[in-house]
Amino acid sequence: MYSEDGLLPLSALQHLLFCPRQCALIHVERQWEENRFTAEGRVAHEKVHEAGSETRGGRRIVSGLPLRSLRLGLSGQADVVEFEADGAPFPVEHKRGRAKEEDWDRVQLCAQALCLEEMTGRTVERGALFYGKTRRREDVVFDADLRRRTEETAARLHELVESGRTPPPEPSGRCRNCSLASVCLPGARRSVEPYLRKAFDE
Amino acid sequence: MKHYLNTLYVTTQGAYLAKDGECVLVRVEGEDRLRLPIHGLGGIVCFGQVSCSPFLLGHCAENGVGVSFLTERGRFLARVQGPVSGNVLLRREQYRRADDPAASAAAARCLLTGKIANCRAVLLRTARDHEDKVNAGALRGAAERLADCGRRLDPGLPLDVLRGIEGEAGNAYFEVFDHLLTNQKEEFRFSVRSRRPPLDRINCLLSFLYALLAHDVRSALESVGLDPAVGFLHRDRPGRPGLALDLMEEFRPVLADRLALSLVNLGQVQARGFRVEENGAVRMDDDTRKAVLVAYQKRKQEEMRHPFLDEKAPLGLMPYLQALLFARWLRGDLDGYPPFLWR
Repeated sequence: MYSEDGLLPLSALQHLLFCPRQCALIHVERQWEENRFTAEGRVAHEKVHEAGSETRGGRRIVSGLPLRSLRLGLSGQADVVEFEADGAPFPVEHKRGRAKEEDWDRVQLCAQALCLEEMTGRTVERGALFYGKTRRREDVVFDADLRRRTEETAARLHELVESGRTPPPEPSGRCRNCSLASVCLPGARRSVEPYLRKAFDE
Repeated sequence: MKHYLNTLYVTTQGAYLAKDGECVLVRVEGEDRLRLPIHGLGGIVCFGQVSCSPFLLGHCAENGVGVSFLTERGRFLARVQGPVSGNVLLRREQYRRADDPAASAAAARCLLTGKIANCRAVLLRTARDHEDKVNAGALRGAAERLADCGRRLDPGLPLDVLRGIEGEAGNAYFEVFDHLLTNQKEEFRFSVRSRRPPLDRINCLLSFLYALLAHDVRSALESVGLDPAVGFLHRDRPGRPGLALDLMEEFRPVLADRLALSLVNLGQVQARGFRVEENGAVRMDDDTRKAVLVAYQKRKQEEMRHPFLDEKAPLGLMPYLQALLFARWLRGDLDGYPPFLWR
């Protein structure tokens, strides 16, 4: 169990799965660079996150709902949670782009579900991801596999942030879309001595 | 690459800056003169009698836009910024290394490599470009002395030995500095560096440019989460931005000295734009100051290839990149600090 002081942002799970160094730059070194992708994401979320609720056909739809799990040590906000007439929660997360091969989005959604389970005492079996680019809704089942992966990721996140260390860069194709590339400097050479030696060459 | 943001310099006396939505509004004598979106700004520098509304200051703090207040002549007065940003672990590492004599000397050696190499590059560039107009022999001779100093910067030397080499290099550079002038030589003669106050026109120009550079380097350090006050080459003194002064060393020749020289050599500033007081203190008039600011801004927009990162970026972004590389060295990503080497 974590204390309230020890909670880390839910969104950090995605950063960790994308790249541990990016995650450390944001959550340990507190560096944040906005690029077109993050700005679009932010603007989209600002709209969704305006807290409020409405009732449609017996379901209560709540946006901008604060979440936390002391077991996983996470806190954040759900874009939308739909509560069935019997009170069962169903989280819906909005994403700017399109569905990804990797399960980053599913892990983040599952973490929201685990928060909801801890806070409401009810089992959350399913949720959905809504992709802005394709305007498609993908249903997600929170099975044992996804739950285990989510718990593991949360544990790794805590290890990383508590270590206070930023892992070295591992340049890859992902760096091209990374908003933190200009802070990370993935291509910088490690060894400075040869560079210094050349300073006084003709 | 990080976006290069402009700095807004306000020199009109009596100007009032206010927040107007997402814009900075500049008002003079009750009249709206300028509206600039805050998102395009990296900093605001106010000279003399310029005031800012608290709402604008708050908005700047929120957006990471540093606001500095300088006297009309460019002496630093105060700076307004938001909450201390960045990582406390990084700052602690900075303090630990600054407390460790061997680590401080290692940093100082890298910083001095940049300073001496860039001074030398300035001399060689002038000798090459103005072979017929300057005493190229004297410049090349001094450049050779600088190279000799630079090659003696061996790893493991203690700080006092490094400082000795720095002093020697500084003498060699300023001894021939006057030869870098190709125009208005009488009016802008340089003999020795004077600062408090500057006692000739060229020193007045240099001091003003160094103040602008100090603002930029300091902002760059703060934006990567370093403490500008804790230096390696410049040791702690209350009120002195030690690390900002350290990091400035490699930029002085490139961003300030060369600019001062070209302003004089191209006649963009004139002797009559300076006033010499009875006690010998020299100050610039408003028009000259404006001309210098415009030239400085323009210079910062010139694109250049960063020699270590091998990426193109505007010169104005280089202090930020160097601050980042300094942080990377502290974090252990790099085994030394690679200074910005201008060619």
